[in-house]
Amino acid sequence: MSGPHKTGFAVVGGGIVGASVAYGLAARGESVTLFDEGDIAFRAARGNLGNVWVQGKGVGLPAYADLTRLAAKGWDDFARELGAESGLDLHFRRPGAFFFCFSEDELERRGKMLSDLEAGAMVPSGFEIMDNAGIRKLLPEVGPAVAGATFCSDDGTTNPFHLLRALVTVFERRGDYRPRHSVESVSPDGSGFRVRTPQGEWLSDRVILTAGLGNRELAPALNLSAPIRPVRGQILVTEKLKPFLRYGISFIRQSVEGGVIFGESSEEAGLDDRTTPQVIQATAKRAVAALPLLAGAQVVRSWAALRVMSPDGMPIYAESADYPGAFLVTVHSGVTLAPFHAGPLAAALSAGWLESSWQPFSSDRFRVPAS
Amino acid sequence: MFRRLELEEFDTSFSFEGRPVSAREGENLAAALLRAGITALRRTPRSGGARGPYCMMGVCFECLVTVDGEPNRQACLETVRGGMIVEPQAGAPEIGR
Repeated sequence: MSGPHKTGFAVVGGGIVGASVAYGLAARGESVTLFDEGDIAFRAARGNLGNVWVQGKGVGLPAYADLTRLAAKGWDDFARELGAESGLDLHFRRPGAFFFCFSEDELERRGKMLSDLEAGAMVPSGFEIMDNAGIRKLLPEVGPAVAGATFCSDDGTTNPFHLLRALVTVFERRGDYRPRHSVESVSPDGSGFRVRTPQGEWLSDRVILTAGLGNRELAPALNLSAPIRPVRGQILVTEKLKPFLRYGISFIRQSVEGGVIFGESSEEAGLDDRTTPQVIQATAKRAVAALPLLAGAQVVRSWAALRVMSPDGMPIYAESADYPGAFLVTVHSGVTLAPFHAGPLAAALSAGWLESSWQPFSSDRFRVPAS
Repeated sequence: MFRRLELEEFDTSFSFEGRPVSAREGENLAAALLRAGITALRRTPRSGGARGPYCMMGVCFECLVTVDGEPNRQACLETVRGGMIVEPQAGAPEIGR
C-alpha cells in the first residue's frame, strides 16, 4: 500500500450532519475528505420524518432556541441554493405546522412552555394557540379527540433523502467523497490526525467527528466527550394519496409524492432498530385520532430508526482541549439545522476554532462537578 | 404475450375499464389482465406515465387498480371474482371520498 493520503479536513460520517459540514467547508475552498460508512450504518438521515421544526425547541437552553430559529429561517435560501447547485428539488415546504394536544391540560401546559421559551429567546418565532374549532377553520380534517393545538409558521418539511443526495452530489464536485469507508479509528498524529480505514490511512490537519452514534467509539481517542445514546422512533407511511393535508402536524406530514408519513414514539431500545407491533398500533391509533380520515388509508411500510440523543436533547459542538483541530458535532436535528451546519458552523471550522459564544454547546455542560 | 399453460377454459368474466374480460373464478387478477393483453393498469401520480404488473408478488405497487370502488388495490394480490368491476388507477386516489 502507498503512504497515507493527505487532506485538510477529515469529516468522519456521511449522514446529513457530516454531508452538511463537508459541503459548507468545500464551498469555502477547503480541502475536505468525507468518510461515509455506507448503507450498513444506522443512518438517522434515512429514517427520519423530514420535519424542519422550531416549536418547543430550546427549553432550558435559549441559545439552542435561537440557533434552531435562525437555521429554520435560513431554510428557504438554503433549499433554493442547494436545489439549484444540485439540480434536485429538496421538496422544502413551509405552510406552518400544528402541534396537537389531546387534553385541555396538555394544551395549557404547552402554551405556557412556548410563552416562556419565547420570552427567553432573542430570535422571535411567533405562535398561536387555538381550540378544536380554531384548528377546524384551517384544517377541516381534524378529529374531535384533539382538544387544541399550537401553530407556528416557522415549521416546515423537506425530503431528507433528497437533502442528503443533494449535499453529496454538490460536495463530490469540490471534495473527496469516500463511500463505503468505515473509519476504524482517529488518533492524534504530530500536529494533525491519522484516520484509519480498511482501505488505507489519511493524515489530516483537522478532523470533524460527525458519525452519529459512532462518535461514541471515536471520540475518546481525541479526548472528546460524546455522551449520546440511541432513542428509537417508529414510523409508518401510507399509500400515495392526492394532496389533502394543507399544513404540517408535528408527527404527521404528507410528502410531495402523496404518502402520509407519521410517527411520534420515543423508546430506549439500544441499537435495536426493528419495529414492534405494539408501538406501530399505538402510532396508527394516534394518527387516526388526529385525522380520522386516515382510517381509510392503507399503510404500505413501517420502519424504525435511531435518534442520536444527548442527555438534554440539544447539540454538542466542541473542540478537543488536548488536541486542537479535533471537533465533535453531534445533534439529533440534522435536517432543521442543515443550513446552520453548512453555513456558520462550517465558517467557524474553516477559521479553525469555536469562539466563546459556542460554549453553551460544549459537552462540559454534562460534567458533574467533583464534590 | 401471455397465455395459460393449460387449455384456456373460462368460467366467468369481470370488467376492466368497462370492457369484459374472460377469466377463471379464483385466478390471479393481474395474471388475468396480462393474459387479456392489458398491461397498463394505472397512471402514476407524478408524471402520468403508464405502469403495469412488475414484481407479481406484492412489493412494487406498480399494478394498482380500483376494485369495486376501492382504490389502490394491488392487482397481483387480488383474486378474480365473477362480475367484479376493475378500473385503472389514475394518479393518486383522494381520501375520504
